[in-house]
Amino acid sequence: MSLRWTSIAACAAMLIGLALPAFADDQIYVPLFSYRTGPFAGSGIPIADGMHDYLTMLNERDGGIGGVRLALEECETGYDTKKGIECYEAVKGKKPVIVNPWSTGITLALIPKAAVDKIPILSMAYGLSAAALGDTFPWIFNPPDTYWDGLSVIVKQIAAREGGFDKLKGKTIGYIYLDAPYGKEPIPLLQQLAKNYGFNVKLYPVAAAEMQNQSSQWLNVRRDRPNYMIMWGWGAMQPTAVKEAVKTGYMMANFYSIWWIGEGEVQGAGPGAKGLKNLNWHNNGTGYQAFADIKKYVLDKGLSKGSPSEFGLELYDRGVYNSVLIAEAIHVAQKLTKAKVVTGADVRRGMENLDLSSTRWKEIGLDGFANSLALSCADHNGHGNLFVQEWDGTKWVKASGDVGPMNDVVDPLLAAAAKEYVDKNTGWPKRTEACDHTS
Amino acid sequence: MHLLYLILVDPFVQMGTAPDLLAQTLWEGLVSGVLYALIALGFVLIYKASGVFNFAQGIMVVFSALTLVGLYAAGVPALLALALTAAVMFVLAVGIERLVLRPLVNRPDIILFMATFGLTYLLIGIGELIFGGDTKQMIAKQLYLPSGAIDLPMLGGVVRLQKLDIAAAIIASVLVAALTVVFQYTRIGRAFRAVADSHRAALSVGISLNQIWIIVWFAAGIVALATGIMWGARSEVSFALEVVALKALPVLILGGFTSIPGAIVGGLIIGLSEKLFELYWGPLMGGGTESWFAYVIALIVLLFRPHGLFGEVIIERI
Repeated sequence: MSLRWTSIAACAAMLIGLALPAFADDQIYVPLFSYRTGPFAGSGIPIADGMHDYLTMLNERDGGIGGVRLALEECETGYDTKKGIECYEAVKGKKPVIVNPWSTGITLALIPKAAVDKIPILSMAYGLSAAALGDTFPWIFNPPDTYWDGLSVIVKQIAAREGGFDKLKGKTIGYIYLDAPYGKEPIPLLQQLAKNYGFNVKLYPVAAAEMQNQSSQWLNVRRDRPNYMIMWGWGAMQPTAVKEAVKTGYMMANFYSIWWIGEGEVQGAGPGAKGLKNLNWHNNGTGYQAFADIKKYVLDKGLSKGSPSEFGLELYDRGVYNSVLIAEAIHVAQKLTKAKVVTGADVRRGMENLDLSSTRWKEIGLDGFANSLALSCADHNGHGNLFVQEWDGTKWVKASGDVGPMNDVVDPLLAAAAKEYVDKNTGWPKRTEACDHTS
Repeated sequence: MHLLYLILVDPFVQMGTAPDLLAQTLWEGLVSGVLYALIALGFVLIYKASGVFNFAQGIMVVFSALTLVGLYAAGVPALLALALTAAVMFVLAVGIERLVLRPLVNRPDIILFMATFGLTYLLIGIGELIFGGDTKQMIAKQLYLPSGAIDLPMLGGVVRLQKLDIAAAIIASVLVAALTVVFQYTRIGRAFRAVADSHRAALSVGISLNQIWIIVWFAAGIVALATGIMWGARSEVSFALEVVALKALPVLILGGFTSIPGAIVGGLIIGLSEKLFELYWGPLMGGGTESWFAYVIALIVLLFRPHGLFGEVIIERI
């Protein structure tokens, strides 16, 4: 090989080396899939900041987890399944202990890969609902609730307002959703519940390209006059839907959203948005020791990528919750294996043995932030209690006590959906992973 | 038989039984149509002057709106921010002429088209770098745009006209009319039309091609700014607006790439028809027809009038 070609090859190797940072063996590599660009960045940015800031705080305050620093690396997916898979392929070789796709579409694409690559997937309260069944999906985790849990809680709330499930008969529930795997996920349950309780369902799909152009969907709403509206929105779809609902004069008190609508996405609609409902399972705000530590060790040191104004808002706190799950799974994995630097397989065991009791929440400086959560080999979700928040014109306020999902209805459907998934994916492996406990 | 009834009869029965909803739909279609026309106009201006489909027109809408909101957030008073944003669009036009158009003179059209792709990604990057990717609220109130609605009791119901939509329709119509007058009846307009007819002939009579390009790109920038303000005020300012702006493509196919009246008529036809189709025929197809219906109309027009309703018929000898 000539000197010229040797030099070119050396330069190329150097460039590749610079482009792909190596992570030391004494660190735990945690990639964070995020979207800070594109049409969904409005939702993606605060979540990415919350995730990043909590784990950075652990690095700065405690030197990582169990004395091992976390090597954090963001990969921009733009909420695009293709780019998400590229991110996964790029991080796979760096021994990630867990992957957070932050997109139902990306999660669905990664489910078959997880067991092969021995990388657990954490799709926190999104993704495939049936993945809650750990015996079928040992590498996938979706705590603390599935989309089906969320939908069942909304329907339960509506029934309670109407005076019982029998009063739902003849009522019409409109469902406006992002026309993507995420938005379509709860439709089978909605149709099943409609059959069970005799209400009508009207579907209003919103294509990603039309997120900011929804007047037709809301003309349909005006014509159909649904008694209640449920939204499964994301990114720019959400503020537009709220504005259109206000414009149409829809009764906001009867408008429910799944847990992804943040404060910034409602404010633009003005006082007319008052009464809008939103599900949640954790409190918002910054009144916790861990948040004080994030401020001290991350924000004040200029280590956060986010704006201080989003600190403590709902989606930022959601990102923090996601990172608490990652950190706890690593912590449990270290205890189980007695190893400091854990692997993806260890963290999978850590997730299955996750036990976020009220005592543990207190220990990590988040006393009262969220309900207890315990996972097991069979239950990768927890199906925890949710509560309804209401928009008071400036912020979300708690509008209900804890409400549990309709497990009696949802569980058999989850089992059927898991079976259907296995049947469709010929050769789906039987679980061979050992179980650390049998709760 | 039932399906035929649902397609051919039922929609018209619905229109007859709820005429107020029909009126509301026509109004919403009209507002959307005017906004589509405004976006399409930006494309037409550049196409006529440079013979290129400006793929960057959508991101120019987002970029101008972000600049306006960003300047205001930085403490600049709203009206001054508006003027400064217009100045930024002028600088952008000069930059595009110097760095993109001038070096590519006499290159095939496809090269220029690809250059607008590059420009799109450049503006996305600069926009995200400076202003961030998060959704922002348009400063509608600060720009004295009205809010609230007027409820008109009519046709046995109520037709609700948003004051913002009325303002959007008026501003867009005024802008369209002003641009039409400028490009039809002024010296610059004559020069623009000369450039549109033939670059060489225009050059031979002393028209500065570079100057015309700057003026046209600046005009397209102003159109983008107006669209960004209106659409941003109706929803939010986000990068998703770029995709909405591409709705102008079927409008252009329908109206013709070279016709200013075509952009207006095309915008109105697409706006009205997609709303009517979604409301009355959409449920038969599971809804969400708006994302493709405009393209179906464009395809039909392409079959029978490849140059659009008002576009120039180009006859090339073999």
